[in-house]
Amino acid sequence: MSDFPDDLKYSATHEWVRLEDDGTVTMGITDHAQELLGDIVFIDLPEEGKVVDARQEMSVVESVKAASDIYAPISGEIIAVNEDLADAPETVNGAPYTDGWICRILPSNPAELEELLDADTYAGMCE
Amino acid sequence: MGLRTALFEKHVEAGARIVDFGGWDMPIQYDSLINEHHAVRQHAGVFDVSHMTIVDVNGAEAEKWLRFLLANDVARLKETGHALYSGMLTEQAGVIDDLIVYRTAWGFRLVVNCATREKDLAWMNKQLTGFDAQLTERPELAILAVQGPAAINIVMDLLNRKGGLSAAAQVGSLKNFSGAELGSWFIARTGYTGENGVEIMLPNTEAPGIWDDLLAAGVKPIGLGARDTLRLEAGMNLYGHDMDESISPLSANMAWTIAWEPADRDFIGRSALQHQREAQQRGELPTLNGLVMEERGVLREGLRVQCTFADGTVSDGVITSGTFSPTLKHGIALARIPSNPKNAALTQCEVDIRGKLIPVRLVKPGFVRLGKKVFV
Repeated sequence: MSDFPDDLKYSATHEWVRLEDDGTVTMGITDHAQELLGDIVFIDLPEEGKVVDARQEMSVVESVKAASDIYAPISGEIIAVNEDLADAPETVNGAPYTDGWICRILPSNPAELEELLDADTYAGMCE
Repeated sequence: MGLRTALFEKHVEAGARIVDFGGWDMPIQYDSLINEHHAVRQHAGVFDVSHMTIVDVNGAEAEKWLRFLLANDVARLKETGHALYSGMLTEQAGVIDDLIVYRTAWGFRLVVNCATREKDLAWMNKQLTGFDAQLTERPELAILAVQGPAAINIVMDLLNRKGGLSAAAQVGSLKNFSGAELGSWFIARTGYTGENGVEIMLPNTEAPGIWDDLLAAGVKPIGLGARDTLRLEAGMNLYGHDMDESISPLSANMAWTIAWEPADRDFIGRSALQHQREAQQRGELPTLNGLVMEERGVLREGLRVQCTFADGTVSDGVITSGTFSPTLKHGIALARIPSNPKNAALTQCEVDIRGKLIPVRLVKPGFVRLGKKVFV
């Protein structure tokens, strides 16, 4: 069974978001998404400093089986990227919500967070 | 619900994720495609390939008929049990299917792809007219492929423990690409992984017991996902991807499967194939090549391959099968590459990945054999 931590928000396109104390958000792909993809072998990481709009393609995750787009869950500037994933993309399989984070975004419109799904709603969608 | 092999319950028991594959409910992977892949390269894995179609051919003219039906020549099979790989071609020399033929004591056994079963049987039945030969499908047989460096010893040990000392010895003495009938079983040193191993055809009723025995002996169940990465590392074609009826076998790295001699053997597609060979000599026929991408990323079927020739011309090829090689840890692919009418050398190949041109190296198809990298 996939894991859906209660303290996170989710997008319908299988990204998770955590609001940090400093007002930035950390994001990655969900446990359900990594399960569907299988062994992840490459992540085309987003560029630090890039400004993205919510629901804009920002990265690509490739498993042996398939390539999958990752969408920005909220609008803002990418202020940090998990460069460790370049050498160890499989971290996303093992720890999608912790060491497998993809980037941090400084939101330009924090109200967009309210539009994301809570854990129960997202879990229901994945059934 | 799709068709199910005799091992369906065993796959579910082993935790498989089941997908539809050519109308069959088949395991795509059990735990991790990459772990399954490594198990076959490093030890032993078992694949349920019972969805494939077994067709036995007998009758006084079985050999004569197969020499007409297939581009490779079954007369080359000098001894019982010997096998060869062949294309079955249309009159226009497109590939209807690729298959394995074994010579048996009573005739021949063919193993063809499951997705092409109906058209294959329709074609074969049509071509039977005028020949004293009969076809018998064998749906009551399961096929288990046991592959990997430890596979043959494990199968021998299993046969030994079942009291089949002579059977074990026979399996141990099998040469590559040959098989033997052992009672209701047929065991052959063939496979689709580039490793040593055997394929076992046995009654459906006996398959679940053998499956359990193999797993108990440390053989790992392998899904269709790793079957594809293993065959691509081995540089083997996949029907419907690397070739089909619109593709000449000469453009699918299958020239070695065409028996031109004896020159008076008339097989289906021969005259069209002769024209294709002339077109190839004029530099008008594409070839199937291996691609290696050592940069980060994954090569995928359908990606455009931009080819630059020494005379300045640029033309496009296409990836027909691509993946991330778990053994080599980089992208590998088979790609149809255009040839150059002036025979100018190919100076550069780049793959278009999401708009970026990434340089790749052209190699002979075949990347890993017996666990080791084989290209330079």
